[in-house]
Amino acid sequence: MDQATLAPHIPRLRRYARALVGDRYAADDLVQDTLERAINKFHLWRPGSDLRAWLFAIMHNVHVNQVRSRAARPETALDDGDLPAQPAFDVDHLEIRDMQSAIAALPTEQREVILLIALEQLSYAEVARVLGIPMGTVMSRLFRARERLRAQLAGVPPQSNLKLVK
Amino acid sequence: MKPSEDDLQAYVDDLLTPERRATLETYLAGAPEAAERVAAYREQNAQLRAQFNPILNEPIPQRLTMIAPRRSLARFAIAASWLFLGVAIGWLANTLVVREPVRLASFAHRAAIAHAVYSPEVRHPVEVGADQEAHLVRWLSKRLGADLRPPTLTGNGYALVGGRLLPGDRGAVAQFMYQDAKGRRLTLYVSRMNASQGDTAFRYSRENGVSVFYWVDGSLGYALSGELPKSDLLGVATAVYKQLNP
Repeated sequence: MDQATLAPHIPRLRRYARALVGDRYAADDLVQDTLERAINKFHLWRPGSDLRAWLFAIMHNVHVNQVRSRAARPETALDDGDLPAQPAFDVDHLEIRDMQSAIAALPTEQREVILLIALEQLSYAEVARVLGIPMGTVMSRLFRARERLRAQLAGVPPQSNLKLVK
Repeated sequence: MKPSEDDLQAYVDDLLTPERRATLETYLAGAPEAAERVAAYREQNAQLRAQFNPILNEPIPQRLTMIAPRRSLARFAIAASWLFLGVAIGWLANTLVVREPVRLASFAHRAAIAHAVYSPEVRHPVEVGADQEAHLVRWLSKRLGADLRPPTLTGNGYALVGGRLLPGDRGAVAQFMYQDAKGRRLTLYVSRMNASQGDTAFRYSRENGVSVFYWVDGSLGYALSGELPKSDLLGVATAVYKQLNP
């Protein structure tokens, strides 16, 4: 197992990680941890099985562990006021931000399911294997994620991105 | 016939067989509410891809392409046998005092680095100057939790410049700096030592042009560093030692 075997999968892992955790550096941290684990645990991969699904399963486990340890040791978030303001007049940008905040607002387990399906285009059975959950759970999480996004994107005007200044 | 919810979802994700898709499309033609919902779901998929697909074309950060395996199975076995050998030797050697010189060598190494970092400083060689020697001694003694006395080295041609507090591997470390008439500098690095350490004789090491004499006296370790020949530095180290043990 070497870097060359993994290299073709890195762009997809990065895309998924970014959509999953939002922040660019935290996402690349997640990818890095995933790759390190994959390289060191490569003897556990069954030759002939889907390497991509295996990698996403590792990423899922790494992420779950990270979320768990972060919950045990909360970090102080930057105040919104510390960040440079987004230009407010770019309509396309606002719409994109809307999708991004809607996705970020989903519970993690729903976000994982919809991202693996919409972005990775995995089958429902593959998603069940990657996340280690029954098919029925995949379907119900997918349904709830979509309904929640629909409510958020339909019911909420674009101005909702503007934060109240405390 | 009303299709199952799972079929609706699968239709959104293009996961239906052509026959079932055709059946579902017939149903949707007469069910505007379901059709609207499906259209919204499809739009979500499209937006998600539009939002995140550009990441696929970003250059890959180097840290993600430079990951090396930590250990292969074979290397693990080799490492494990070395580890076993090391533990065995370490255990045997523990009573024969091989472990402490290793720790002491790293003490000397840190002293040499601290010397190399601070002795060329022109404007801020020390935190507290020799003009406030009483304060310097009180401060560093308090931080190290030990009675420190910077030796007087004027007999060897070196005057005290001052001192600073540094981090060591077991807390605070003091560094005193001396300078001769030509501006050459020596530093005396003082750290608390493990109680079980016991006194040692002078030891000598040299790295990157910095000579270091180091020894342990009671609860404190001392390292005298300078860019001097070994014999010259030994003369000063002896003077330091004698003053600390009158």
